[in-house]
Amino acid sequence: MAVCIAVIAKENYPLYIRSVPVQNELKFHYTVHTSLDVVEEKISAVGKAMADQRELYLGLLYPTEDYKVYPSHMIIVYYTPVCIFFLLIENILLYRHTRYGYVTNSKVKFVIVVDSSNTSLRDNEIRSMFRKLHNSFTDVMCNPFYNPGDTIQSKAFDSMVSAMMVQAS
Amino acid sequence: MESLTLTDVEQKYYSDLFVYCDTDNTKKVASNGKVLDLFRAAQLPSEVVLQITELCGATRLGHFGRSQFYIALKLIAVAQSGLPLRVESLNSVKDLPLPRFVVAKNEQEARHTAMYPDLENQGPYQGVIPRPPGRGQVKKVSAHEVIQPCVPTVEPQPDTTSPVVSPHQSPPTSPHAWRKHKRQASGGNVERPAVVVAGAVWTPFREAQSGPVVVGDGMWSAHSPPPVQESWVSLKDTYPPSSSKMPPMHLSPVQVENSSIRTVASVTTANEIQRQSSSSYDDPWKITDEQRQYYINQFKTIQPDLNGFIPGSAAKEFFTKSKLPILELSHIWELSDFDKDGALTLDEFCAAFHLVVARKNGYDLPEKLPESLMPKLIDLDDSAEVPDQAPDVGYSGSPVEVTPNKSPMPSLNQTWPDLNQGNEQWETFSERSSSSQTLTQFDSNIAPADPDTAIVHPVPIRMTPSKIHMQEMELKRTGSDHTHPTSPLMAKPPELSEETKLATSMKFVTANSGDGYSSSDSYTSDQDPITSVVTRQSSLAVLSGLSKGGGCPPPPPPRPNASHSRSSSLDMNRNFAAHPAGPQQSGVVACPPAIPPRPLPTQTSGPHSGHRSDEGLAAHSTTSPQQIPEQPNFADFSQFQAFAASDQPSDNGEKHPESLPVRAGPLRTVKIDNQEERAAATVNSAKGSIMAPPPKPVRRRLKSEDELQDETLPPKSNVIATVLATLPSIPRSVGKDKKAIQASIRRNKETNTVLARLNSELQQQLKDLLEERISLEVQLEQLRPFSHL
Repeated sequence: MAVCIAVIAKENYPLYIRSVPVQNELKFHYTVHTSLDVVEEKISAVGKAMADQRELYLGLLYPTEDYKVYPSHMIIVYYTPVCIFFLLIENILLYRHTRYGYVTNSKVKFVIVVDSSNTSLRDNEIRSMFRKLHNSFTDVMCNPFYNPGDTIQSKAFDSMVSAMMVQAS
Repeated sequence: MESLTLTDVEQKYYSDLFVYCDTDNTKKVASNGKVLDLFRAAQLPSEVVLQITELCGATRLGHFGRSQFYIALKLIAVAQSGLPLRVESLNSVKDLPLPRFVVAKNEQEARHTAMYPDLENQGPYQGVIPRPPGRGQVKKVSAHEVIQPCVPTVEPQPDTTSPVVSPHQSPPTSPHAWRKHKRQASGGNVERPAVVVAGAVWTPFREAQSGPVVVGDGMWSAHSPPPVQESWVSLKDTYPPSSSKMPPMHLSPVQVENSSIRTVASVTTANEIQRQSSSSYDDPWKITDEQRQYYINQFKTIQPDLNGFIPGSAAKEFFTKSKLPILELSHIWELSDFDKDGALTLDEFCAAFHLVVARKNGYDLPEKLPESLMPKLIDLDDSAEVPDQAPDVGYSGSPVEVTPNKSPMPSLNQTWPDLNQGNEQWETFSERSSSSQTLTQFDSNIAPADPDTAIVHPVPIRMTPSKIHMQEMELKRTGSDHTHPTSPLMAKPPELSEETKLATSMKFVTANSGDGYSSSDSYTSDQDPITSVVTRQSSLAVLSGLSKGGGCPPPPPPRPNASHSRSSSLDMNRNFAAHPAGPQQSGVVACPPAIPPRPLPTQTSGPHSGHRSDEGLAAHSTTSPQQIPEQPNFADFSQFQAFAASDQPSDNGEKHPESLPVRAGPLRTVKIDNQEERAAATVNSAKGSIMAPPPKPVRRRLKSEDELQDETLPPKSNVIATVLATLPSIPRSVGKDKKAIQASIRRNKETNTVLARLNSELQQQLKDLLEERISLEVQLEQLRPFSHL
């Protein structure tokens, strides 16, 4: 149940963000943004080994007003609740989102936010989702009318993402 | 008013008519004047028309809404077909021909009507491509008069083709349909002038292009020479919906439509001829020869080699000249770049160019590439493109995107491709399953190599393992390695499954009785309670026997007691009587063993199996005392056979004959007395009573407690012999009736399982012995220094 899928460019601005519950778009934007730090951390940590097929980290997300911004050099322990950014004050809406990251060779990052209230997707499923994303992204890139850095407006890409979000949720 | 279910053709037609009547461009209400004119054109008596208007609710509303209009049209069709006008008939009448309107008002209309019946005949259409938006309508209409005189001949074509287009989704997706039809309706109206407009469109386009790039200039200016062709291009473009039709549609519908058109009194003959020549009648996305030639020329300007690629950048420049928005060009590229390689082959280029032309004419781009624009389809349809054959061949294995494109619903339904692909998968699956049916016919094909059977048969196979597993678990508890038979069970080819089916059925029938199978199983088996043993062993035996038959076991040892092969009880009796006569009789007798050997399994086989399991187990040393008393009976094979025969009066005799020869075989081949004792013991125990089975588990456990001994080996070899012994019966059974074959199959299965179990046990023994050896050697080493002292 991918609730949000985002494609972030090398310069860390979003090329494409889509979330299923549209009303929480902003929250997902925050989520994705915070995940970027983690991604950066992982990238720098790994060093030479680029193009990790996938990076898996669990994120604990509380919808909230404030959020702490972690310094970029924060070290994130694998498999622990990483991003307790948002302190929920008024509404205690606890639901867990797990975020998965994926970085391409060209430093384009994909982030998938899934709602872990449902059956937790298996790792392979996440990987396949990233693979599909990557393939579609490559197709978009191959389009000569697409200028790298533009937002992705490809219908094929949209349909693929929608399929992933629908099927996941 | 009741809800109206329209076929796709009808909906298309109706929407076109609605648009036609929608002179106010409201898209919601058809002006009464036009509607009434239309109805009058239907050549129905005026009171019928009045009735229709009443029925559809327009009288109530005072105007013709879209739904009222549709209902009215349907009622007209009903009336024209002679059926009484009733509201119920709206949806109840199937295969209603489309309402026909005389060509009084508009020859286009008439053509519509003429076309639609053909469309109906042609059956359901496939995908829909969104029609050009209504926005183009106004523009086109305005240009209509201007261009009208220029390209009059073109006009009819779009009209006729528009109804042909009628792609559509099935009624369930009516919301979609509504949307589409709206657009289609607008497109329908657009079409008439559209083609005409095409020329007009091109001319301004041309002018716009005249400036910037010389090449582009030359390219686009080329449009002017064939204005008619361009209109044709747009003509084709106006009917994206029909792109969903398969190429075969092109030919036949063209003929049909052409003929129908001629029936219509209009100036369509010339158009028909043109249409025929276009050969893309029903497919608006089809590229005509002229267009294709034009595209090829353009391609050559960029890439002289027709088999080569146009790099993305060059293509981008080229298509940017068309002044289409980048987003649309990007979409066109997505559609046309089939292999997603960032370059355009000739076919891709033609498809892209075609889409650009269509877009320029105001027609919406399809969601998916129309089939006619797909590289390989284009190849098929356009024989002129010989040089494209080579590159297009590569497209035959088009990427996954092609399949979705080729799905019936190219535009709106994402799920269609999945369905199609799923259907293919379903089809293949069904094929496989059907092919596996042959296995269940119990042919002499004992070892079918059909891998598909595995799909069907594993199910029955697992039935037995459930029981077998239970038994296996018990066996495990007793310490013997009996899990192997289950795996062979699972992995057995379908033949086994048949046998297991039989076995299971038998088992369930006779829970307690030991089959002949079980008796044969007993060699390898474990000492479970009789029931479990019987069932398991029987199944195992079946499997082993079957597998044995299917495999390439070593040549079975001579089986003097071949006469003991399965057979009916009567046969057994005969066998017994004719025992000295030799194997042939027994073979004959054994041949027609009845299928249900299970029920047969008598207590004898039960105990037999129990005993067999004992034998199969590890050490029997502790049981020797028990066996000793049975020894006197050891050599009494006659007793054995007699017993078996006697026990099988009601039995089909399959089991026992099997077990008998099985026992006889190993008895012969095995030199160790113990085995024979055991065999005899089992026989005797079988003779005994049901009481025999209970002690068996005890015995078994005792045995299991012992280390693996030589006794295990003899039992195993005994089992092997048994298994081998069963083999000879197989050839005999071949050629006999079904039951004999099945029995032999069962035997083979049993043999196989027995052997498998033996194998596992032997392996285990080997391991243990090796460990012992190692430990002994270690002890020796330790003791050696002491010896020096």
